[in-house]
Amino acid sequence: MNRSQILPPRRELIAIVVFAILTVLIMPWMHSTGAIAGHKLELYGKYLCYASLAVSLNLLWGYTGLLCLGQCLFFALGGYAFGMHLMLKIGIDPVYKSPLPDFMDFQGYNKLPLHWVPFDSFPFAAAAAICVPALVALIFGFLVFRSRITGVYFAIITQALTYAAWILFLRNEFTFGGNNGFTKFNTILGAPVNAPGTERTLFILSALLLVGVVLLCTVLTRTRFGKVQKAIRDSENRVRFSGYCTENFKLFIFTLSAAIAGIAGALYVPQAGIINPDVMKPVESLEVVVWVAVGGRATVWGPVIGALAVNMLKSWATVAFPDYWLIILGGVFLLVVLFLPGGLTSLVAKLIELKKSRFPTAGSPPSVNPAEPETAAAS
Amino acid sequence: MSDSVTPKKVKQPQFILMVEDVNKTFDGFKAISNLNFYMDKGELRTIIGPNGAGKSTFLDLITGRTRPDSGHILYGEEDHDLTKLREYAINRLGVARKFQTPSVYDDHTVFDNLLLSLPESRGVFSSIVFRLNSEASDRIDDILKTIRLADSQKTMAGNLSHGQKQWLEIGMLLAQRPKLLLVDEPAAGMSDEETERTGELLLSLEGKHSIIVIEHDMEFVRQIARKVTVLHQGSVLKEGTMDQVQSDPTVAEVYLGRNHTTTAA
Repeated sequence: MNRSQILPPRRELIAIVVFAILTVLIMPWMHSTGAIAGHKLELYGKYLCYASLAVSLNLLWGYTGLLCLGQCLFFALGGYAFGMHLMLKIGIDPVYKSPLPDFMDFQGYNKLPLHWVPFDSFPFAAAAAICVPALVALIFGFLVFRSRITGVYFAIITQALTYAAWILFLRNEFTFGGNNGFTKFNTILGAPVNAPGTERTLFILSALLLVGVVLLCTVLTRTRFGKVQKAIRDSENRVRFSGYCTENFKLFIFTLSAAIAGIAGALYVPQAGIINPDVMKPVESLEVVVWVAVGGRATVWGPVIGALAVNMLKSWATVAFPDYWLIILGGVFLLVVLFLPGGLTSLVAKLIELKKSRFPTAGSPPSVNPAEPETAAAS
Repeated sequence: MSDSVTPKKVKQPQFILMVEDVNKTFDGFKAISNLNFYMDKGELRTIIGPNGAGKSTFLDLITGRTRPDSGHILYGEEDHDLTKLREYAINRLGVARKFQTPSVYDDHTVFDNLLLSLPESRGVFSSIVFRLNSEASDRIDDILKTIRLADSQKTMAGNLSHGQKQWLEIGMLLAQRPKLLLVDEPAAGMSDEETERTGELLLSLEGKHSIIVIEHDMEFVRQIARKVTVLHQGSVLKEGTMDQVQSDPTVAEVYLGRNHTTTAA
């Protein structure tokens, strides 16, 4: 594991660079020329945030074997933290003639609750969007991992956590807008939310986040840390009896994953124009699990491909067959689990193999297998 | 081999492991009952006993997997009380354990299995910045030779044969630079030839490490046994050489008399 073994192979770096050029440069440029409409760019921006969310779940589930069924909670917490700032920057609303968020006027507040005050500062809100989800994960994870809760029990308890948070955020007296949540955003850092320049900036930031987390994932899985992660997934007892405090490793991954989900949520909210407690509904987090499974667990690009593919399908299906979306989603999940357990990314490898066996003499097809986890021996 | 170590012990008696008055009850079943066990540094000790005698529970207690209801387990020169430490901390003191069923990292190469067992950089952050140096690499190569897996270092551990997995796990213990090796049924599921080679491997480690071997296979025990401890109903029934133990009528009654024919077959 010298430097050359920590750095991802050239093939993977090229894929990341190509993806970065496409999303950070070409798509915003096409938007500026009008080739991509504003609402489309916002839609794609949301997809990118979903993809980052999927990568964060993959760090937990794919690489460490911790199936978190409440990943959207961290996404929502990041979104709410940043949404609070956006709510305070709406200005004087025309109905109540007050600088308070309108739901507070409606509920009869005459001054801002104390915990809302610091969110007037952009840096504070941005930091909170990372730190709040991370802190919740840190505390919750500490208790859960210390009690040796693993496997299906971990899945259930994370689902219960997001369910509890959903019910809590639905309540008006929790001061986060009840079931309506936050919406009607106006400005970010003085710029109108719907201005093309703001749309582009948010899109580019979402793309940079995704490229960043994909790169992080690629590098991390190649370090000794990444190998420990996979070892915990496959044989936690062995790791524990090899002198590792596995609780600390899991806690770190859980917290990191929550922080990534939080940033994704914070970037999602201004592009979606709304955040409400429904994001914390258990079914939303289940969808993230489906994205990762469809794309391919424990692969670098699997969650990205899965998130983009399933969400494109969702955008189409909820218009074409609005009543059947959940059935379609369940069907896709079943098909993948039954016939393509490695996800879409393993399809490429299978095709290459098929081509190899059909035409054994015709040239030598690339022997790279994108679905295979990186395990190059360090010798 | 152990002869070079023995004279030192006589001058300065030193136990690597002292288990005193340990009790452990699971749901009313007394798995370990007033157990006293002393082991010299550098010793190779074999523990036998019928099913349910408490052999695996004994290892669980030493490695911190279960806590005793009462009693002390003192280890090493500084007499660390293992009943108060967590598994990873006990391991870091030099207690390494091989499980009954081979437990290796199936999705990692043989090389990486050993790499992950090296005692350096086992913290969260130090494992991120860890870089393999030539010294560690040489150590892994040495171990690969010892466990006869040098040709399979790039093989996924999941693709090894059962016997090779057992050896790999022993190699993973060696990589941890242990002082005390706890080996639970190393010959289980092995062919005769593999069993014999495993015995040779353990004998070659004698003196360099203190070793406790738990075993069912009497042929194998005869091959490696120096001092044998017979566990019965959670306490020590008899301790001595293989011949002494075998000729003891109580041992024959609880263990050898009943199980000898089946286990030796």
